[in-house]
Amino acid sequence: MAGTEHSEGLAFHPLEQFEITRLFGHGPIHWYTPTNATLWMALATLAIIVVFVLGSARRSMIPGRLQSLGEMAYDFIYKMVEDVTGHDGVKYFPMIMTLFVFILFTNLLGLLPASFTPTSHIAVTAILGFGVFLFVTLLGLAKHGVGFLGLFWMSDAPLILRPIIAVIEVISYFVRPVSHSIRLAGNIMAGHAVIKVFAAFAPLILISGIGVLVTPISILAIVAIYALEVLVAFIQAYVFTILTCVYLKDALHPGH
Amino acid sequence: MELEAAAAIGKFIGAGLAAIGSGAAAIGVGHVAGNFLAGALRNPSAAASQTATLFIGLAFAEALGIFSFLVALLLMFAV
Amino acid sequence: MATTETAHEAAKAGMPQLDFSTFPNQIFWLLVTLAVIFFVLRTVALPRIGGILTTRRGQISGDLAAAEELKHKALEAEKAYNAALVSARAEAGKIVAAAKAEIQADLNAAIAKADAEIAAKTAESASRIDEIRAAASDVVASVAKDTAAELVVAMGGAVDARAIEAAVTARLKG
Repeated sequence: MAGTEHSEGLAFHPLEQFEITRLFGHGPIHWYTPTNATLWMALATLAIIVVFVLGSARRSMIPGRLQSLGEMAYDFIYKMVEDVTGHDGVKYFPMIMTLFVFILFTNLLGLLPASFTPTSHIAVTAILGFGVFLFVTLLGLAKHGVGFLGLFWMSDAPLILRPIIAVIEVISYFVRPVSHSIRLAGNIMAGHAVIKVFAAFAPLILISGIGVLVTPISILAIVAIYALEVLVAFIQAYVFTILTCVYLKDALHPGH
Repeated sequence: MELEAAAAIGKFIGAGLAAIGSGAAAIGVGHVAGNFLAGALRNPSAAASQTATLFIGLAFAEALGIFSFLVALLLMFAV
Repeated sequence: MATTETAHEAAKAGMPQLDFSTFPNQIFWLLVTLAVIFFVLRTVALPRIGGILTTRRGQISGDLAAAEELKHKALEAEKAYNAALVSARAEAGKIVAAAKAEIQADLNAAIAKADAEIAAKTAESASRIDEIRAAASDVVASVAKDTAAELVVAMGGAVDARAIEAAVTARLKG
């Protein structure tokens, strides 16, 4: 905001794109008000339905493009769940698949120009992250009772170190949801903000002579960052999902 | 008034300092990826089974950089 | 428009992410979205895709098994064919050997017969040659006697037949 008076004409509002606005009319945003977040979540849901339901509607033995896309995602997550959590984690596969496709599709749709990315908001990712945390903790306690606390008690460490390690383990356990949710929101927010900053430099050619140099560079930079962001959209969905699987494995098999 | 100006300056200096953390995280991420590559080139047959571990390591290293980025943003826009 | 924009700006100077007034809204819609996606995936998409993958896997492994069986059959057929070929070859060899032996026997008989005929002819020829030779030597003796007698006459001597004969015979033997 300090940059605005320094370079008149260029508009630096890297965080404007994250604003939540009403879809219809004016007024305060209630919990039920349809907003741009609602719109883009709905679009993500629609895309998911198109890929996973309509794409596989023909159940063909030789898959078409959409169907093989859905099958690839299915196989990818199924294998991940099976590899990380073991065979008894497969029960939670629909839940993990839901997380993956929701994050992936909102990330990718958010990369469309003039769109909105729900996963760039702490509120959304915190619900996801703390939801996973609560689910996993309660599942572990329900499955193993007090034995679940053995997760923090390293029985193969020297006896003197065990309480210290236990403290560290407890702290790192409770930091998990925070880092889990902030990682996703922070990554997406940072990428979008960087694109916006470069985009703000692009119209400099209309204002000043130096723009001949700056504008092409900033446009090239936007292209490069955009490609990186497509990658990040995938990787963050993948990382969020695999960490969920790892936490789930801890809940199902607390003995390391 | 002077105190407010000092606070404003401090905000931006703090944000800049916090941004150093992003560079540190970049070093960490590079370490993870580089060591993975070194190991993978020594034993390529074991590399495929460890990509999940690689991404988890990358995510943990990167999370701390994102934290410092967040601190910078908070100082700039929220404090 | 400008006034609403500035009012907007003033209201939200900080990060939109930390505007707590929008949190209930986002959380509500997030939960709705997740519920819808979960429901759709759980009830429709995942069982269907899983079913497709399972049937395909079954089909592929069935096809592979069938192919394996067919390959097995083909190998067996080839083995049988080879065995048949070997026995046929042995049979053919036997037939060839028998034919050869037969031919050889015929040939031997024919050769023997021809040899006998040749021997007979040779003997006959030899006897005839002997006859001819004998006849010829008689003729030579008589011609020599005649010639000797004529020579003696021509030289003005008396012909003593007995002496001439003895001389010619001695010469012919000589």
